[in-house]
Amino acid sequence: MNKPLRRIAIFCGLLVFALLLRDNWIQYVQADQLKNHKKNLRVDIARYSQPRGNIIVDGRAITGSAETNGINYKYKRTYKNGEMWAPVTGFASQVYGTNQIENLEDGILTGDDDRLFFNRTIDMLTGKEKTGGDVVTTLNAKAQEAAFKGLGNKKGAVAAIDPRTGKILALASTPSYDPSTIAGASDKDAAAWKALQKKYNPDDPMLNRALRQTYPPGSTFKVVTAAAALENGLYKDVDDPTNSPLPWIMPGTTKPLPNEGSIPCKNASLRVALRYSCNTVFGKIGADLKEDKMREEAEKFGFNSEVFTPVRADKSVYPQDMEPSSNAMSAIGQFDTRATPLQMAMVAAAVANDGKLMKPYMVSGLRAPNLSFIEQAEPEQMSEPLSEDNAHKLQDIMETVVQVGTGTAARIPGVTVGGKTGTAQHGVANSKNPYAWFISYAKGKDGSSPVAVAVVVEGSDTVRDDIAGGKLAAPIAKDVMKAVLAGEK
Amino acid sequence: MSSTSNTTTISTIGPPSRRNTELALLVFAVIVPVFAYANAGLALSDELPSGMLSYGLGLGLLAGVGHLVVRKFAPYADPLLLPIATLLNGLGLVIIWRLDQSRRLAQQAKNADRVFSAAAPNQLIYSAMAVALFVGVLIFLKDHRILQRYTYISMVGALILLILPVFFPPVFGARIWVRVGSFSIQPAEFAKIIIAVFFSGYLMVKRDALALASRRVMGLYLPRGRDLGPILVVWAMSILILVFETDLGTSLLFFGMFVVMLYVATERTSWIVFGLLMSAAGAVGVASFEPHVKVRVMAWLHPFAVYQEHPPSWATTEQIAQALMSFGSGGVFGTGLGQGASDLIGFAANSDFILATIGEELGLAGTMAILLLYGLIVERGMRTALAARDPFGKLLSIGLSAAFAIQVFVVAGGVMGLIPLTGMTMPFVAYGGSSVLANWALIAILIRISDTARRPAPAPAPSTDAEMTQVVRP
Repeated sequence: MNKPLRRIAIFCGLLVFALLLRDNWIQYVQADQLKNHKKNLRVDIARYSQPRGNIIVDGRAITGSAETNGINYKYKRTYKNGEMWAPVTGFASQVYGTNQIENLEDGILTGDDDRLFFNRTIDMLTGKEKTGGDVVTTLNAKAQEAAFKGLGNKKGAVAAIDPRTGKILALASTPSYDPSTIAGASDKDAAAWKALQKKYNPDDPMLNRALRQTYPPGSTFKVVTAAAALENGLYKDVDDPTNSPLPWIMPGTTKPLPNEGSIPCKNASLRVALRYSCNTVFGKIGADLKEDKMREEAEKFGFNSEVFTPVRADKSVYPQDMEPSSNAMSAIGQFDTRATPLQMAMVAAAVANDGKLMKPYMVSGLRAPNLSFIEQAEPEQMSEPLSEDNAHKLQDIMETVVQVGTGTAARIPGVTVGGKTGTAQHGVANSKNPYAWFISYAKGKDGSSPVAVAVVVEGSDTVRDDIAGGKLAAPIAKDVMKAVLAGEK
Repeated sequence: MSSTSNTTTISTIGPPSRRNTELALLVFAVIVPVFAYANAGLALSDELPSGMLSYGLGLGLLAGVGHLVVRKFAPYADPLLLPIATLLNGLGLVIIWRLDQSRRLAQQAKNADRVFSAAAPNQLIYSAMAVALFVGVLIFLKDHRILQRYTYISMVGALILLILPVFFPPVFGARIWVRVGSFSIQPAEFAKIIIAVFFSGYLMVKRDALALASRRVMGLYLPRGRDLGPILVVWAMSILILVFETDLGTSLLFFGMFVVMLYVATERTSWIVFGLLMSAAGAVGVASFEPHVKVRVMAWLHPFAVYQEHPPSWATTEQIAQALMSFGSGGVFGTGLGQGASDLIGFAANSDFILATIGEELGLAGTMAILLLYGLIVERGMRTALAARDPFGKLLSIGLSAAFAIQVFVVAGGVMGLIPLTGMTMPFVAYGGSSVLANWALIAILIRISDTARRPAPAPAPSTDAEMTQVVRP
C-alpha cells in the first residue's frame, strides 16, 4: 500500500503548497493594493489614531484634534472658526475622506510622508508616539476675517493675493460650512453631511467659490482688455483718444453694443473709458485686436489653465473660435468668458506688481513635528503679462477709477488704491440677478503693492447697473486691503 | 530478557524513543505562546496580561501531562505531533484572547443584541478537556487495532452524528450544530474520526474484492456493480449533508477522505477518477439548485462586490473582502500581535476567520509558519501510515491525516479566497470545543499508531528447539 501512500503524501504536500502560494499572493504581491483598498478602514483608522498635524495661519493653528476614544477612531479633527477657514483647509472626515489641504498634505499631517522618515525613526527609537507635521499657510487671519465678515449673509467669494510674492492672503467663500460638523463618524455627522450636499442644499455650501466657481467677470475683464491694447501697441497713451464711434455696431452684426447709461464714451481715452466702464471702447479694442491676441494676453494672466495653489483652482476661460461679435462681447467679460475670483485677483496683482504675475500659493512651508521646516515655498514668477511701463499706465487709470470713477467706495484715505468694478449679467436675456465684481490693489508707502483682491457677490438683486460692483463688492475689498495694510505697518 | 542463545536475526535494539526530543520541543511549544501572550498584552494595554503566569503554567501543565502520558503509554510515538499540537493550541488561545479584548467586536455584539463574553477562558477549559481526552485515548486504547472491531458500530455512529444536526435549528445559515440547553457541539468534527475508523475497517476487509474483481475497460479497472455500493452510499451521504445541512466543507471532507482511503486500499487509480467524476457531478448538480452554494461561489469570485453601490443579491457579507484586506494589510511581517484590525471581520473572527488575524498580525512569515506546522502534522501522519505494519493502521492514519489536510486546505483556502468559503474551523487554533476535542483525539490516535509502528519487535521467546539444538553441540 506504500506507493499510493507516497502519492497521497505528495498530494497533501501540494495542498499545503497551494495555500503557501496563495498566501504569498495576497500578503506580498497584492498586499499594497489590499492595504490601500478604498474600503479598507485601516487607512482611516491609522489616520485618526494619533493627533493630526495642524494647519497654521499667522503662527496659530486653525485646526486641532480632539480625543474621542471612538471604537474605530481615537481622534477627531476639529476646526477653529471652521466656516471662515473651510475654503482654505477643506475637511478631514473620518467617514467622508479629506479634501483640499487636508487631502493634499495628508502625508505631512499624518506624519507618513517620506520626508518625515527620519523624525519617525527617532520617535520610534525614543518611544514617542508618531505625530504629524504642520502645514504653514500664507494666509492673513485679519484679511480673511475682513473678507468673511464682509461677505456676511451674501453669497460670494473673496480672493486676496500679495502681488509681490503670490502669497494668498484671503480665500473666503459664502455660504460656507463648518468642517467640524462632518469630521466624526456619528449619525449627527452623517446628517450634517447629507444636509450639505448640493442635492439637498441648493446653496452648495461645500463649493469653494474662490477657487472652484467660475463667473462671467463682466467689466473687471476690461483691465485685461486694456492691457492687451497697451501691450499690442493699439494705443500708446492712456490719455489719447481712442478710435471709438458711438454707437458702435459689432462686426458681422447690425446690433450696436450698448453702454450702461449715457456715458461719455465716444472716442474716449482709455482712462475715461475705464473710469466710466465703456462697453463700446473695450468691445472695439477686442474686435480690433482679434480673438487670438486677446486670448494670448488673457492666457498670460492665467486664463485657460488650472492653477495649483496647491489646491486646484478651476480653469478660467477666454473662449476660442468665436464670431467677431462674440469676441467683442468676450472682451468686456461677457459671452463665454469666465473667471474664478482667484483669477481676477491675479489680474489685479499682475498690474500692481508692475506687470509681473507671481504664481499664487497658499502653503508657505511644511513643518516637521520638531518645528523644523522640511519644505519652504519660494515665490515664483508665472508670467509677465505687461511691461513695467504699461503696467504703470494701467495702474494710473485703475487708480482714477477709484478716485473719481465707479470704484469710489474702495477709497482708503492716504493710500493709493487702484481698482475696477464689474457687474456681470447672466441668464437668458439677463433674467437672473447679476454678479457684482470688484478687483483692486492697494499700494504701500514704498510704492510696491502688498495686496490685490477680487470680490464677487452673487445675486445682488437690488441694483442692476454697473455701479453694483462698486456698491456691493468694493467695500469688502476695501476692508480686506485695510486689514492687510494694517499688518504691513 | 535477551539470551545469548537467541539465534533470530531480528534486532531487539529498536529506534531511539525520541521522548527527550519531544520534551525539548514541548518547552518551545509552551514558551512561544507565553511570549506571544505577553506581546499581545503589551501591545493592547501597555502591560503584561494579568493571567500570564496562570496561562503559562496551565499550558505547561497540559503539555507536561500529555508528555508524561506519551512517555508512559506510547514511548515510541512520533515526537513531533504533540509539540506541534500544543504550539498551535497555545497560539490559538493567545489570538482568541486578543480578539476578546476587541472593543469593536464587543460593540458589534451589543448592536446585534448578543452577549459578548470572553472566549479564551472557555477555550482554555476546552483545551484541558481535550488533553484529558487525549490522555484517555492513549491510556485506554492500548492498540489501535481494537478499533477494527467496531467497524459497523462506527458506521452507525457516524451516520447518527451526521444526521443529528438536521433536527436542530440552523445557526447562521448552516445546520451543523447540535444544541442541548446552552451546550452545543459540532458533531461533524467527531464524525470525522469515527468515519475514518469505519472506512479503514471496511476497506481492509473489502480491498481485495474491490481491487481485483474488476473489468478492464479502456485502460481503467471498473469495479463490479455491487462493489460500487459503498462509494455510492458515501457520495449520496455527502450530497445530502450539503443539501440538508448546507455544509459544503463537511461533505467535501468526507468524500475526499473516502476517495483517498479507497485509492490507498485498492491501489487503483480508477477510484480517483470515479471520485473526481462523482464529486464534480455532485457539485454541479447541487450548485444549480441549492442557492446557498451558489451564493458562496459568487461571493468567492467577487469578494468586493458587496461594496458596489447596488450590490448584487448574492453579495450579503463583506467577511471575505475584510479577510483579504486583513491579510493584505499584514504584509510580509505583520502588524504585530494586538496591533491589527482584523476584528473588522466581525462575526466569526475568532473561529472560521481566525487565520486572517494571524495573517494580519503575524504577517506572511507567521502565516506560512502556521501553515507549515499544519503541513508537518499531515506529513507526520503520512509517515506513520508508511511505517505502520498493519493495513488497518495504515488506512486509519492515512484517512485521519488526509482528513486533517483537507480540512486545513478547505478552511485556509476559503479564508484566503483560494476556494469558496465553507464553514469549518482551523484545527487547534480556532475557537470551538468540538473542534479542539476532536483534533486532540485525532492526534492521540495518530500517536498510538505511530507508537505501534515504531515499537521494536518484542524479543521472541526463547525457543525450546534452539536450546535443544545447542545441547547437541560439542
